[in-house]
Order: sequence, then structure tokens, then C-alpha cells
Amino acid sequence: MGKIASSSSKGGFSGWINARLPVTQFYKDHLSEYYAPKNFNFWYFFGSLALLVLVNQILTGIWLTMHYKPDAAQAFGMVEYIMRDVPWGWLIRYLHTTGASAFFVVIYFHMFRGLLYGSYKKPRELVWIIGMVIYLALMAEAFLGYVLPWGNMSYWGAKVITQLFGAVPFVGDALVEWVRGDYVISDATLNRFFALHVVALPLAIVALVVLHIAALHTVGSNNPEGVDIKKHKDEAGKPLDGIPFHPYYTVKDIFGVGVFLLIFLFVVFVKPDMGGLFLEHDNYVPADPLVTPALIKPVWYFTPFYAMLRAVPDMQLGALIMFAAIIVLFFLPWLDRSPVKSIRYRRWPFKVMLSLFAVAFVVLGWLGMQGATELYKLMAQVLTAFYFFYFIWLFIYSGNEKYHEVPSRIEDH
Amino acid sequence: MTDNVNKSRRTLLLSTGAVGVVGAGFAAVPFLKSWLPSERAKAAGGPVKADISKLETGQMLNVMWRGQPVFVVNRSSKQTKVLESLNDKLKDPDSEGSVQPEYVNNIFRSRQENLLVVVGICTHLGCSPKYYPDLVPQQFDAEWKGGFFCPCHSSRFDISGRVFSGSPASRNLDVPPYAFLDDNTIEIGNDGEQV
Repeated sequence: MGKIASSSSKGGFSGWINARLPVTQFYKDHLSEYYAPKNFNFWYFFGSLALLVLVNQILTGIWLTMHYKPDAAQAFGMVEYIMRDVPWGWLIRYLHTTGASAFFVVIYFHMFRGLLYGSYKKPRELVWIIGMVIYLALMAEAFLGYVLPWGNMSYWGAKVITQLFGAVPFVGDALVEWVRGDYVISDATLNRFFALHVVALPLAIVALVVLHIAALHTVGSNNPEGVDIKKHKDEAGKPLDGIPFHPYYTVKDIFGVGVFLLIFLFVVFVKPDMGGLFLEHDNYVPADPLVTPALIKPVWYFTPFYAMLRAVPDMQLGALIMFAAIIVLFFLPWLDRSPVKSIRYRRWPFKVMLSLFAVAFVVLGWLGMQGATELYKLMAQVLTAFYFFYFIWLFIYSGNEKYHEVPSRIEDH
Repeated sequence: MTDNVNKSRRTLLLSTGAVGVVGAGFAAVPFLKSWLPSERAKAAGGPVKADISKLETGQMLNVMWRGQPVFVVNRSSKQTKVLESLNDKLKDPDSEGSVQPEYVNNIFRSRQENLLVVVGICTHLGCSPKYYPDLVPQQFDAEWKGGFFCPCHSSRFDISGRVFSGSPASRNLDVPPYAFLDDNTIEIGNDGEQV
């Protein structure tokens, strides 16, 4: 990158283009001569799948805006209009709503892959951090989108989440009013959420994805062995354990896309609301400022953090803990001090603890969907404590960790 | 690098940069301020009147003010009698940290002993609590003495809107400014004193 395209000093059309814009060089740098480790497994599908879902969201999102009106008096009706009267509107909307959940399924797998194989470690700290920013932007994007149908769950969800700004000391109440643009959630709120959801955040997310990939392609991809393939190169400077991304991984990823679409479209056609998990029942009732739904819960992908918020009997502390749970992940590259990347060469304590961490996260997610009984509250408190304990344990344990010897090359499969 | 720095050029560079930053700060103001409630929203936040002549003892009226529910409760003496006895179960029995006008700084948190006026929004995360008037044991509290219960995160409030210890809400229910226009009418959102 950055150099004048030398390979394209030939004449002709492509020569003319390449002298002015290094298209061929770009193609080589990121596809045909981007060397990725040869041992990518199942877990490595989710990066490209996330990209696929992003394209799906943008495309279906553009089409939805063609029929929707961000107006508190009309929004709910417009969504019903899309579902019933717009030709193929139901499909485009279900692709978008199921796509939102699929995005988080894919992203959670993608992130867990990072935890398994130490993909966040040096030199990929920035890849991880940019990824975390994308995760945050995605959560904001999903929340804003959830408000747009203006159902009763949209309304009260928006109310609860914007109220969280009230936890900021001193300026909290003024901040809540500023975010809402009114004394309550209202038409003004819906309008700005629409603007953020369809313009501001998608732009930011696309830009961040470009940075995420640029940072990755600068340092190169990690792999299930956690071995640095750049240490062993042939005379031409190509990594011995690397294969060009195109055609090897493009073809592999297309297979992954096929399997993904099979599952994704099954949900879209057969169970788009996923029994209230992807589209909540209370959101089929128009927004009503005077009636709170009996059980307020966010969509499934937020519930682990929501369970943490509810577990604490103090609003400011609860909000603080919830944000801390996300912020702590940013520091993972420095909390895990072990020189070994992949779980394959780490010993049982790490394997056990990482498994427990994953289970705790999933159970917290389940708890966040349930009504708040004393038992569930206690469980949420214990698991929240464990969630944070994991990082403290990791920092101490990885400081002087015993591990298996890591090979210097990737063995042939 | 530092050897051949032209001092005056450098000063110019820094001052231009500083002016640019200040300019950007000023330019950001309209964008940030445009998020504040509009004039129309402010006008819609004006006071509302409510007729309380038909409110029987023990009944609650739900009035919309600034788009949020305001509870007006005509409390019975049976309901208000227990207030004193609850003090040590509450987070803030004297309403020192509450959002409320000065003229309701009493145990009833109201201008008139029986008539409670509170914003029906839980101070935790903004759900609307339900009114449980009767002094009978409830699922969420075996010693229930009447009050409000928020179904979202189980915050409990007494019949004066004071929050019980152990609830996620940290503040008593807000009391809006209000005034009696005559015996049968109250105006919410207006002190009757500022005019």
C-alpha cells in the first residue's frame, strides 16, 4: 500500500487506471496476495459472515426507509403497512429484524473466537479495540432501530435506556432531557433516533469496519495454533504456512455463507419472531405512555448486561457495573499476560475458567429475560461477580502461567 | 528537526491551530443545542388542570402532564395514619433528597393532608408504578401498608411515594409543582406563586 503501482506500468485500459488509482495493487494487498494462515477452522467463518449481515442490514434498511415515516403518530401504522400492503415488504422487514439478531449471533461467535485463540494479543490489540468499538456502535444501532416501530416495548425500552443517562452525576437529568429532546420520550425522540439509526451510526460502523480490516491486514491474521506465520517465509517473502485469501478463503467462506443462509432464511420464513425473542410480543401493541408492560426486557442480545444492571439495588452503581462489564473487555489485551495465544497450548485452569465465563454470560442472558424474583436476583449477583472475577483471575494467573510448548510452524493437516 | 524551526512560523502555526479549535467549539454549539426540547415541546409542557370533585376516598386519578402520568390520590385517614410508623423502613423518610416543591415538606408530602400529587414515574428507570391501596399482605411484601409497586424492577413506595429500603430506586417519587385553583380543581405544573 502507498507505493506507486509498479506491476501495472503496462499500457492498456488497466495500465491507464492503475497509473491513476492503484486498483490492482489494492486487490493484491487484500485478496490475491494477502496471506492468511492455512489452518483456519469453523470459527473463522464469522468475520466474513458479519460483513455479509452488515450488507444485508444496509440493503434492507434502505428499502425499509422508503416506506416508513419517523412520526410518533404514524410509525406504528407504517410498520404494519410495510408488513401487509407493501409488495414483499414483510420479507424485507423480516430480513432486517432477523438480520439484527443474526448480527449479534455472528458477532458473539466472532468475539469468542478471539477469546479462544488469543486473537486480541500483541500485535493485534488495535484490531481487538476497534472491534470492541464496533460492538458498542452495533449495540447503539440495534437499540435505536428497536425504537422505530414505536410499539409499547419500543417506547418503554427507550425510556429505560435514556433514563440511564440520569446516572451521570450532577448533569444527569439535564442530559436525559437533552437526549430525549423533550421532557418525555416523544416524537422528537423518535425523529432523532431515526436520523442516528439510518445515517450517523451506519456511516460510523462502515468506517470502523474498514479500520478493523485495515488494522488486521497490517499485522496479519491469527490462527487456531496461535503461531506467527510471518516468522517463516520463503525466498519470495511469502509465509510458508500462509495461503492467499483469494481463492482459498473466499471459496471456503462462500461455503460458510451457504450454510449460514440456510439457517438464517429458515428463521426468516418460519419463525421470524423466534417466539418473542427476536420480536417481542409487547411490541405488537402501539406505544402507550401511561401503561408500562408487565415485564420490561430488552432483546436477547442485551440481556446479559441488563441482568447485571438489575442485580444491583442502586441505579448509579448498577449503570456503572453494566458499563464496566463492557469497558473491561477493551483492556483484555493487557489483562491476559500469557505469551501463549491459543487455548490449545494453555493448561486446564484456563480452559475451565474460560468455559465458566462463557456459561456465566449465557446464564446472565437468560436471567435478563426473566421477571425479577429474589432467587434470580441472587443468581445474577453471583454471576455478575464471577464475570468480573474472571478478569482479575486472568490477570493474576496469566502472569506466571504454565503452558504447553508452542510449535514454531503449523503442522500439515 | 528542532534545529531549524522558524519561531515566528511556529507561533503562527500554534495560534492558528488554537483559534481553529475554539472556532470548532463554537460551531459545535448549535448542533448540540438543537437537541434540546424545542419551543413547541416547551409550550406543550405547560400546566394542566384536573377536576378532583369526583375523586372518592382511596381513589386515584391519572393525569397526563408533560406526557407523563401524574398520580392524584385522595387518601383515607387509614392510609395516612401508618406513614409515621414506616419511617425506619425507608431510604429517605424526610424526603431530603427528593425532587419536590418546598410547600410539601411534611410527612404527607402534600399541600392538603389527604390529597397526594406525585409524578407516576419510578425514579429508578422510568416505568410507571402500580397503585396498591389496600393494607393487606402482597406477593412482594408481606407487611404491605398501601402504596405503589413498580412491576419492572420491584421498587416499592409508601402511600406518600417514599421509597422503601431494598428497592433499586434511590429517590422518592417526584412531586410536581401544583396549586389549588378552588376546592374542586388543582393545576399541575404551576405553583400558584410565581404568577
